[in-house]
Amino acid sequence: MTIKEIADENLQPKSFEWTDESQLTIDKILRQYPAGRQASAVIPLLNIAQRQNCNWVPIKAIELIADTLGMPRIRVLEVATFYTMFNLIPVGKWFLQPCTTTPCWLRGSDEVMSCIKDKLGLFEHYASTSDGQFTLLEVECLGVCANAPVLQINDNVYEDLNYDLTGKLIQSLKIGKMPKCGSMSGRQGSMPKNGPTSLVSLKNSDGVPTWCTKKTTS
Amino acid sequence: MEYQPGAQKKPLLKGQKAAKMLKDEDRIFTNLYGWFGSDIMSARRRGDWSNTTEILKMPAEKIIDVIRSSGLRGRGGGGFLTGLKWSFMPKEIKERPHYLVVNADESEPGTCKDREIMRHDPHKLIEGCLISGFAIRASTGFIYIRGEFYNESLIIQKAIEEAYDAGLIGKNACGSGYDFDVILHRGAGAYICGEETALLESMEGKKGQPRLKPPFPASVGLYGCPTTVNNVESIAVIPTIMRRGSEWFASIGRPNNYGPKIFSISGHVNNPCNVEEELGIPLRELIDKHAGGVIGGWNNLLAVIPGGSSVPLLPKSVCNEILMDFDSLREVQSGLGTAAVIVMNKQTDIIKAIARLTAFYKHESCGQCTPCREGTAWMSRVMERMVRGDADIEEIDTLEDVTRQIEGHTICALGDAAAWPIQGIIRNFRPEMEGRITAYKASKQIKNST
Repeated sequence: MTIKEIADENLQPKSFEWTDESQLTIDKILRQYPAGRQASAVIPLLNIAQRQNCNWVPIKAIELIADTLGMPRIRVLEVATFYTMFNLIPVGKWFLQPCTTTPCWLRGSDEVMSCIKDKLGLFEHYASTSDGQFTLLEVECLGVCANAPVLQINDNVYEDLNYDLTGKLIQSLKIGKMPKCGSMSGRQGSMPKNGPTSLVSLKNSDGVPTWCTKKTTS
Repeated sequence: MEYQPGAQKKPLLKGQKAAKMLKDEDRIFTNLYGWFGSDIMSARRRGDWSNTTEILKMPAEKIIDVIRSSGLRGRGGGGFLTGLKWSFMPKEIKERPHYLVVNADESEPGTCKDREIMRHDPHKLIEGCLISGFAIRASTGFIYIRGEFYNESLIIQKAIEEAYDAGLIGKNACGSGYDFDVILHRGAGAYICGEETALLESMEGKKGQPRLKPPFPASVGLYGCPTTVNNVESIAVIPTIMRRGSEWFASIGRPNNYGPKIFSISGHVNNPCNVEEELGIPLRELIDKHAGGVIGGWNNLLAVIPGGSSVPLLPKSVCNEILMDFDSLREVQSGLGTAAVIVMNKQTDIIKAIARLTAFYKHESCGQCTPCREGTAWMSRVMERMVRGDADIEEIDTLEDVTRQIEGHTICALGDAAAWPIQGIIRNFRPEMEGRITAYKASKQIKNST
């Protein structure tokens, strides 16, 4: 269990309204769930609020979500504090989330951490640079273990990192450019880096196995 | 290099064989590495959606029979027979609708296979939802994807829309007369939501805290309705089993451990990767053939966690001959879990590696049951001291005892999952733990005397 910090009152906006775009998405989401089950949309709505508000959820948004879904406010706050991905305090434009769980640690997540510390001076949870551009949160397994170590930045996951590649990534973000996500060492997906050991015979047939060709032609 | 089945401790039973290397022809996920498109046209070329209408002409009961006789065991960690699980659903729809929920909350450390299915072969999953949903008479299939998989969720959403536009799902799906919706639901970062009842709670808009079972989801699941929860890989293999037949599936692997399976190989190997292989492949062959061997060579191997962080580790002596399937790994007090192989070589601080997993479970405990809430935090504190050696040797026994107090005393298996890695390290690496304590004490004595 982790305890979540909630932003001080002076940081909380005085009001929060859905933008037209958010409202359209919300209408669409609410139609997905059976009648009377709109509480299912609480995570999707918290996510929309966070995207609308520079990657953090203010208390006013929690109140609005409760009203939108007809839920007690405490139930929405309870969900917001339970799930790791909701930030209840302001974060930087670039939200760095290095994974340091064992599979990433075995492949050198310490290098990623020390690069972030050297280049940005960040090493504590939710620490931000003085210009407010970068925030760090060490996270648990991101499910990309065969491409470890990995660093999630906002919606993107950067894979196969080391100290130098992390440095390049940060440098690029500093000039406002978000590199293409995926393997930073140029590997395709989670294929062995020296080339495939399986599926080779299907490479020239668009991945179509012969049993399948036979069936469709007969 | 060949690894002979004769190297196995137990003689193989009649008709039993150690698995051979899987032929490309028998691989289900032919786009595992994303060489080809994930769009519907490319997927159709690979055989997806080719004769779904015909499959849906079979009675639901018959589809369940095919899956049952294929011997498919759940790919999400439990290893429970998928067909048997489906047969627990009510045979008729009464006042409550039935639901299929796909568990795409992949977050077991070491596991990264479902992500590859979802971003490279999403149509296998969606077609699987339709066929499985039909078999259990569900009106809707929900795919619960972990929130961190944002880009993956866009790919799945696109595939769902393609399938709707082509009339493959929705009203009169594939012209079968059966209506079936597929809805993608994103989580928000909570390992515990991979537990099926926590996942259902989360989908209902609550904290992801597991429910007491019984009642099981097949009778009281999502919104109180009969529900089956299956892993992404379990569902994505269904269409291919239906096309190629249960005999084909059961011809791969070993008795009671049939079919191909995606293995995620991470840690100290030269080429970490995902690869689809036959269940029952020797661990050493898996690592040497596909992952380029252990860094520093096989003799530099220290231990392997064979099925995701929750299963006890295997020391090298066991790794030499072990076969990678549910039953073989259970025999050596470990498990296949999600088939996520985490390799550690002799340069690893094994105590730190396990301590980091303990910290993971502390972070991910939902806080509902006291043994887990307090126990994971306590074990994490003690393991941190064990890493430094700042402990007494008797504390190893206390630690072992605490793991036994947690194991089996919580609503869900997270307590067990937190306990097992520690039991594994004490069972296999106790001398290392004691050595570190002795060294720490000695270094302190030197400091004190100077």
